[in-house]
Amino acid sequence: MLKIRLIPVMLMRQGMLVRSVGFTTYRPAGNPLNAIQFFNQWDVDEIVFLDITPGKSRGVGRLDDNYERFESLVDYTKYISRHCFVPLTVGGGIATIANMRELFNAGADKVSLNTIIHSHPEVLQEASGMFGRQALVASIDVKKTRGNYEVVTGYGKKMTGMNPVSWAKEVQKLGAGEILLNSIDNDGKMQGYDLKLIQMVADEVDIPVIACGGVGNWQHLVDGVKKGHASAVAAANIFHFSEQATKKAKDYMFEAGLNVRKTGFMHW
Amino acid sequence: MNMKSKIAIVDYGMGNLRSVVNAFTFVGARVKVTNNPKELAKAAGVVVPGQGAIRDCVANLHKLNLVKALREEVIQKHKPYLGICLGLQVLGDISFEGGEFECLGWIEGEVKLIKPKGLKVPHLGWNEVNILHSSPLFEGLSDKECFYFAHSYILWPNDKSVVVATTDYGEELPVAIHKKNVMAVQFHPEKSQGAGLKLIKNFINFVEKTAC
Repeated sequence: MLKIRLIPVMLMRQGMLVRSVGFTTYRPAGNPLNAIQFFNQWDVDEIVFLDITPGKSRGVGRLDDNYERFESLVDYTKYISRHCFVPLTVGGGIATIANMRELFNAGADKVSLNTIIHSHPEVLQEASGMFGRQALVASIDVKKTRGNYEVVTGYGKKMTGMNPVSWAKEVQKLGAGEILLNSIDNDGKMQGYDLKLIQMVADEVDIPVIACGGVGNWQHLVDGVKKGHASAVAAANIFHFSEQATKKAKDYMFEAGLNVRKTGFMHW
Repeated sequence: MNMKSKIAIVDYGMGNLRSVVNAFTFVGARVKVTNNPKELAKAAGVVVPGQGAIRDCVANLHKLNLVKALREEVIQKHKPYLGICLGLQVLGDISFEGGEFECLGWIEGEVKLIKPKGLKVPHLGWNEVNILHSSPLFEGLSDKECFYFAHSYILWPNDKSVVVATTDYGEELPVAIHKKNVMAVQFHPEKSQGAGLKLIKNFINFVEKTAC
């Protein structure tokens, strides 16, 4: 049987690894490469790397912290893939087939798409025929307005009026292989996933749903699987600044009876 | 150990090889990415990775004159071969992926779509691997170690004794093959963290031993 996956999400903004709260507040969290190297030793099953730099102003930001800056997501992917021996998903502003191809050649195993699916759904369809469904993750950000769930794009700024379940079915039909489902309301609050949202979507689609947004303790990861019916659980903030955090999370999930992959330290 | 032997990673236009190159380099191999038969002749070991459709895979190998070159190096000169994913499937006689395509025929058997009851296809994600027979590939690796899979088709060898490992996904799939100097895995060692790097290192050690 396939294992339940644990996935750290790394958010990069202007060349810096950041923590995010509600898609509005960002705090620096160090050099992304260090994080990738640690995650690779600490039992994670995949890594999702999202560039959330708004507009085109990549590569700026602080320059006094003594680590390399990269002009594009492609350059960054080349750099981190050298140290990434689990499947790597990259995303952030991807809009063309050519750009996807560049990212795969740079070492990405999957690309995460969001805004482009809303403006040009045919791009997802075409990508699916070309690269296969397994290489395509549809990222869906959701916000609650007057008690109703609504899909939001454009880095959490643009309301679409779409219901998450119907949008999830739509991206599945267009050719997405997975859904990364994020609750903007819960993002950075550390109060747990929006389980109702996750279950609602996970029960209605055939492709795997990755739960994201709001993890504050390891039990939240277990809830995401047991109550939210997610195939994989993701988190960002909780994994920063803490020694072997992902390993401890895995231990906890295992103790709670989840079918997870555990490894010891491997010498080669 | 003095790692001098060169390993050729065959680039025949089937998906990105960067992950494979990264992993081999990480564990200390000297690699050459190539589609040139002359380079294969110079190498001590050959790796054939690949993602995508078998039709293109076989067509590209023929177009680049690699079928003959691989046969010379691997079957006649007995150089160690490691197939990954499509590099395993292509060893069979015939594949039924999107039609009927003749493959290399080094391992008798057919490549068919997996049909796991009640489970999704493709078989995508981490799964446990059961080691059936000892093989240099799995040296130092324990039974039930997890590896990363991404496939819809599998080669069913006629001779079961070449299957060194299986995985349970609705049924027991033959996921690692070893016959003399020919080794192949259906999963992706380059994406299977420590266990995968260990398997790659094992292949490199096998190449070193054979080359001496």
